[in-house]
Amino acid sequence: MNIPLNITKTIHDWLFSIMPEGVATVTEWVIVAAAYLALFAVAGLYLVLLERKVAAWFQLRLGPNRVGPWGIFQTMADALKLVSKELTSNANIDKFLYNLAPYFVILSSLIAIGVFPFSRQFQALDINIGIFFLFAVSSIGVIGILLAGWSSNNKFAMIGAMRSGLQTISYELSVGLSMLTMVLLTGSLQLSEIIEVQRTGGWLILQGHIPAIIAFMIFMIAGTAETNRAPFDLVEAESELGAGFHTEYSGMKFAYFFLAEFINMFIIASIAVVLFFGGWLSPFGITDDITWFPETIWFVIKVLGIIFLMMWFRWTFPRLRVDQLLTLEWKYLLPINLVNLVLMAIIIWLNWTI
Amino acid sequence: MSYFSDIYNGIKTLLTGMSVTGGYFIRARKGSITQQYPDNRETLKMFDRFRGEVVMPHNENNEHYCTGCQACEIACPNGSIEIVWDRQVDPETGKKKKMIDKHIYHLGMCTMCSLCVEACPTDAIVWAQNYENSVYDRKYLTKVLNQPGSKVKAGIED
Amino acid sequence: MVEKEIENKMKTEEYFVNMGPQHPAAHGVLRLLLTIDGEIIKNVDPDLGYIHRSIEKMCERDSYQQIVHLTDRMDYLSSHINNEAVCLAVEKGLDIEVSDRVKVIRTIVSELTRLASHQLWWGVIGMDLGALTTYFYAFRDREYINDIFEETCGARLTMNYNIPGGLMFDIHPNFVNRVKEFLVHFKTKLPEYDRLLTGNVIFQKRTKGVGVLTKEDAISYGATGPVGRGSGFACDVRKTHPYSAYDRVEFKEALFTEGDSLARYKVRIMEMWESMSIIDQLIDNIPEGDIKTPTKAVIKLPKGEFYQRVEAARGELGVYINSTGTKNPYRVKFRSSGFSNLSVLNHITKGAKIADLVATMASFDFVIPDIDR
Repeated sequence: MNIPLNITKTIHDWLFSIMPEGVATVTEWVIVAAAYLALFAVAGLYLVLLERKVAAWFQLRLGPNRVGPWGIFQTMADALKLVSKELTSNANIDKFLYNLAPYFVILSSLIAIGVFPFSRQFQALDINIGIFFLFAVSSIGVIGILLAGWSSNNKFAMIGAMRSGLQTISYELSVGLSMLTMVLLTGSLQLSEIIEVQRTGGWLILQGHIPAIIAFMIFMIAGTAETNRAPFDLVEAESELGAGFHTEYSGMKFAYFFLAEFINMFIIASIAVVLFFGGWLSPFGITDDITWFPETIWFVIKVLGIIFLMMWFRWTFPRLRVDQLLTLEWKYLLPINLVNLVLMAIIIWLNWTI
Repeated sequence: MSYFSDIYNGIKTLLTGMSVTGGYFIRARKGSITQQYPDNRETLKMFDRFRGEVVMPHNENNEHYCTGCQACEIACPNGSIEIVWDRQVDPETGKKKKMIDKHIYHLGMCTMCSLCVEACPTDAIVWAQNYENSVYDRKYLTKVLNQPGSKVKAGIED
Repeated sequence: MVEKEIENKMKTEEYFVNMGPQHPAAHGVLRLLLTIDGEIIKNVDPDLGYIHRSIEKMCERDSYQQIVHLTDRMDYLSSHINNEAVCLAVEKGLDIEVSDRVKVIRTIVSELTRLASHQLWWGVIGMDLGALTTYFYAFRDREYINDIFEETCGARLTMNYNIPGGLMFDIHPNFVNRVKEFLVHFKTKLPEYDRLLTGNVIFQKRTKGVGVLTKEDAISYGATGPVGRGSGFACDVRKTHPYSAYDRVEFKEALFTEGDSLARYKVRIMEMWESMSIIDQLIDNIPEGDIKTPTKAVIKLPKGEFYQRVEAARGELGVYINSTGTKNPYRVKFRSSGFSNLSVLNHITKGAKIADLVATMASFDFVIPDIDR
């Protein structure tokens, strides 16, 4: 049996033994939510640290190394600083929307994180439209960015928000289509089902021949664009717009945007891992027989690999221009994606899968 | 057809760029160029000609080489050097002689142009190589270069 | 009727954005008043004066030796070249000839300055276009040159190594070895610059055909340096009016005809190669000779006007000295390259996007104190 399951099962039994069923269920929800919140915060903070370290190593620097050994408490200290800072705001802002915007951004990424199967049992929600749900939820974040840019009474923020709008709308098409290409292969939208398919037939990126590789490349490009990271960080574009949509935010509200960016990166990487690299499955099934081995480790390793790739992009490439961004999507990614979808359909029709 | 060659070339150039940064990432431990400044104070040595601040060296008898000719004061473009001088009777020769009372140096105004050191005929002022010149109050930046009780070394005028 | 109503409702407005004086892409305190329609730039109105320190007026107060150190602070990235320009102008006025050794050393240090300046520019153009890593690679290489300067001249940026009549002191004994070491190092790193940024498809798309300046416009606006040469205007002062030791070295004038940001980029990359070849030719045989030609302690230029032009890292720098025969100049005027180059900006960025403006500005490589003086 798996260890995480044992713990959750024990807690579950204990809760139901000491209180009535309804109360116990609600308590369980709260515990799960709190656990996910903690996971969210820790993952976000350590992704920031990882980003800073990786950036430093790309750039011949050392990176944070003062707070704690190898700087492991650096982002904790940063978060503490941000919490203690004053929340300033501009004059003549739309107060309600201005305060609402960060929550939109952070909530969308928080909801999305709930459906991932981190291991066989470690999954808060296993809904049968998992991929569709992820796709829908992760696009709510752009509303927050639009609101932030609109409400903060700053022209640079406004330009950033408008760029974000057109960028997300365009690139969601590619993300969706490349996901759809893989869904053709699995025949299911449920995340646990998708992984189950890969247990027998090998990872989907291998099962799907060339169309799967093309889909993966498109997914990585479009996914990077979805998270507003370089080379698609036109929303922030520090050399053009200062800080873009979050120019006027300070303290914890800024931290929400900042954390959400990294959690979004985590989400995109997780989707890629589930869809292309077999989720929590071990490579060649090397740990399948070891029952005590936490499968979450494989999931995390794969996610970190994808995240590293995204960081590699960020610290190597220049930024695209707005019209080039749209050209890339509408003239390159989208047509290739559509052809790729047809190709994949043909492959499945002729039953060429491994 | 150029559509596909564009894609191919584009991806190739992107991968070339990634190979450069990736190479540095792998050699990150060795290639780091960061100097961890306050930690490496012991090993950090400035070059001999580094212009830290103007000082006036004194020998073991508390004698300096400044004759009070004011060449440095004239050479200074922004008035960083002020010399308070007096004519005193030299105890040895009995003649009246120009002696410096105070050689005042405003480090806060100095642009490290080195014109004063160049202008000095007796090499009484030189550059020091210290580099931590920040203070909490700017009055500390006004320095009197000649030590109290010091006098000019005999025979330096000749 | 309905169309009109829709038109009224859909009416878009141009709006103003202050880009600067505090803006990451302005590299200083340049204020650009942009008139924007969405992302399209309608008008660029540079507003100067935020870092005006009246260097030209201060020159009227100072003696000729003292002027030199003020020019360090104009275009601080090519400070040695600025110093050299003033010294050459004063030497012209005094009608003295410096020794060959001084000429060669001045040329080598000038080319090192140009290299350092172009390295910093390369880091900054990458950063402005969003590739932050270039900045650190450029600074790694620039550190070599800064160390050479620190060892020989005593300072890293504002060196004040020249004096009218020669150099302040001889080169450091390590100078030659260090320069050779740097050349060996940088010859392996410059191709890496190309692999990382020049070939990159995103970079190419961002700069090709962006901010196109025709040759006619370059000449009529007085755009010099890499900006002029990127448009096919052969304006290298080192070729046309050789000074110091430039008449005894072989080098190609970097010349491209496209006139866009990529051409300006290529000019600078090629200039780095040419600078290295110039140093290569001179470093092994620095002639012996006096380091200073003796001048009077108080330099008095004869009555008249003296003009000297040199090729600074960003274009032609002209020094005009009007003397009435006293120990101070009556009027000093610096023809700085940045000011003329900035005047082109509005002309070539109309109708472009904000990102294009940033790319064009990065390819112009403005140093704001050079524009304002």
